[in-house]
Amino acid sequence: MEKLITKFKKAAPKAALLMAVAAGAALQGCSKMGGDNAGATATALSSDAAAAVYVAPGKHDELYSFLSGGFNGQVSVYGLPSGRLLKIIPVFTQHGENGYGYSEESKAMLQTSHGFVPWDDLHHPKLSRSDGMTDGRWLFVNGNNTPRVARIDLTTFETVEIMEIPNSAGNHCSPYPTNNNEYVIAGTRFSVPLDMKGGTSDIALDKYSEEFKGSISFIKIDQEKGDMELDFQILVPGFDYDLANGGKGPSEDWVYFTTYNTEKAGTLKEVGASQNDKDFLAAINWKLAAKYAKEGKAREMPANYYHNKMDKDTHMAKSTVKKKVRYLLPEECPGMMYLLPAPKSPHGIDVDPTGEHMVVSGKLASSIPVFSFSKMQDAIKNKAFDGEKNGIPVLKYESVLAAEVKEPGLGPLHTEFDGKGNAYTSMFVSSEVVKWKLSDFTVVDRIPVYYSVGHLMIPGGDTKKPLGKYLVAMNKITKDRYLPTGPELAHSAQLIDISGEKMKLLLDFPTVAEPHYAQAIVADKIAPNSVKFHKLEDNKHPHAVKKEADASVTREGKNTIRVKLTAIRSHMTPDNIEGVQLGDTVYFHVTNLEQDWDVPHGFAIMGANNAEALIMPGATQTLKWVPKKAGVYPFYCTDFCSALHQEMQGYIRVSPKGSNVPIIFSTGKKKTGPVASSK
Amino acid sequence: MAEEPGLAHEAATEATEADDGKGIGPVKSVEMGEGIDEALASEGKSLFEGKCSACHQLSDQKVVGPGLAGVTERRKPEWVMNMIINPEEMTKKDPAAKKLLAEHLTQMTNQNVNEKDARSILEYLRQNDQAI
Repeated sequence: MEKLITKFKKAAPKAALLMAVAAGAALQGCSKMGGDNAGATATALSSDAAAAVYVAPGKHDELYSFLSGGFNGQVSVYGLPSGRLLKIIPVFTQHGENGYGYSEESKAMLQTSHGFVPWDDLHHPKLSRSDGMTDGRWLFVNGNNTPRVARIDLTTFETVEIMEIPNSAGNHCSPYPTNNNEYVIAGTRFSVPLDMKGGTSDIALDKYSEEFKGSISFIKIDQEKGDMELDFQILVPGFDYDLANGGKGPSEDWVYFTTYNTEKAGTLKEVGASQNDKDFLAAINWKLAAKYAKEGKAREMPANYYHNKMDKDTHMAKSTVKKKVRYLLPEECPGMMYLLPAPKSPHGIDVDPTGEHMVVSGKLASSIPVFSFSKMQDAIKNKAFDGEKNGIPVLKYESVLAAEVKEPGLGPLHTEFDGKGNAYTSMFVSSEVVKWKLSDFTVVDRIPVYYSVGHLMIPGGDTKKPLGKYLVAMNKITKDRYLPTGPELAHSAQLIDISGEKMKLLLDFPTVAEPHYAQAIVADKIAPNSVKFHKLEDNKHPHAVKKEADASVTREGKNTIRVKLTAIRSHMTPDNIEGVQLGDTVYFHVTNLEQDWDVPHGFAIMGANNAEALIMPGATQTLKWVPKKAGVYPFYCTDFCSALHQEMQGYIRVSPKGSNVPIIFSTGKKKTGPVASSK
Repeated sequence: MAEEPGLAHEAATEATEADDGKGIGPVKSVEMGEGIDEALASEGKSLFEGKCSACHQLSDQKVVGPGLAGVTERRKPEWVMNMIINPEEMTKKDPAAKKLLAEHLTQMTNQNVNEKDARSILEYLRQNDQAI
């Protein structure tokens, strides 16, 4: 595959920006015409905010950011600091725009043990890691509703792998990579009664506390290719496992999970899951777990889950159904798992860059507890236990606590770090981001956000070396921030400058669907590897045609017609096809012969019950079409490709069943050249 | 996704150097034998069919791009090879290629042909022209 080797244009935000700053000031002047809060917001903006986010036309952003799309099942890619939307990557949701999930090649990506599931709720993007730092190779994301974990290849920005997670429901606590992608870890938010045969039991719902279980899956990642494989699961008590994050440095063998509903309520959880004064932070030594699994502690049970992979040479996805899964029980694996009491239904768990502090955001708590990894090690050694739960030791709260951040704000959810000794926590209820010091756990700054911030993200803010320059707040409520668009509004993200002592609001930008979390990485780690086009000689699609002379229309068996077409500016070969009969299923295998960057061709035919096919240069995509009436149907290129794009069109004739129209196909009438005619 | 460089783009490009008819690109001179190197031409034929024939006929018939009958008589061999290897720069800077773009209105695609393969294609086009 061809790599992008052009020089990267860097934004020079400080240069030549007088105009932009002037325009920014003018806008602030007018802003009182906007919503009630617009005036207040504008005064909070520093005068050089426009300069800080201005990326001149033709220049590139400093960072890529990947925002999850939540209930749209996609990932949105934005440039930072400009907030420019660069791409939408379909993952768990069919995407008519490029045929993802509709084309014959990609349909298998969305297969599950529940059949074809063309939607999901995508929450957490996590970039792959090398030595605790993001490396720009892959992006892992979770499907919450029908438990799945997907991998996006960042050379093509395409979803290349989706694996269903068995014994799980509400795959929210997912997907968390360890520091070298040894494992990606996925936990259950909704515990379910496991039948230990790959499904859930048909039992009375009031049996929740006895029968329901959670699971934590350890997905092994191929170090070279990124391929996933479910190595083993740990079956855990039936709490709700909410979020996770891994240790770093001294704590890199550990991964932590927040839990709520340790009450094990199965109804009106709003009340029932908030009874206990403390729930738990679960700590698992993943290296020890992997060792136990390897050394024969793992049991095996039947399972039934799909693993779908896109082949990079054929561009075709293939599903494999897996029939068993290995699992560990914590009570049989001493030293593998501990529970740390954490106040009131904790949500986020975030580990500081040194790996020493675990920050737990209890969304209903009045302070933020910060646990100490070294104290946890001592507590384990000294057996400072406060009983046990399902055979898992509970550590004493005081024995593991470093400190509590007092009066941080209302509704703490998530924390990220700037690598300069500061932590930043989102406050959902009081709509603010709060900056506090890791050295003495005191609040040093706060900034309002609009409104009700959920996740926040600092580039690399969950790694060993954050880039403490920007923070993106992903807000749940938009209200009056933009021009109104009816009842449904775009969610709002806000870019905040965190380079100085005081946080400064720089930019609002609308986002697609509902971002839950995001990752960002310097552009240099991804852009140079971006594929420009697929080499035609590497295309191994079984129905690819690599030159026009090989284009064909053939009848296979009784009712299948295979059309192998080529597309190149500005015609398709063949563009006249006859001999199709009612009752036939027609497969258009379209190969884009272009070998140049940014020249996709689209293919659409009247009455098709799916979507277009959008074919990247050098690739082959297949559109299935079942005509329902005799007649003539036009097909055409949908992606404006050249001055003669409007002419890039053809016809296919459909005759009644049993008619004697032979299969014929052609493109234009061509004169023969001297070489051909002289021989 | 229009890729044609408009007049606005053209105005911004550098002034063209004196035109020696060899085009713009890596090929500065080509060595050719008296007759046709049949083996080379046959390699060129298969490359031509895969990468060029969708747009170019060997006759004088225009399809997407111009028909190629007589091209090796109209153009210097270096020009032909540079056009194959470096079409974007050629249609921006070379006077003859600029005219061709204005006439045919479709940017010739970069089909990722290296110098060695371009030489084979040139030989095939020479063979085609000798057969006229």
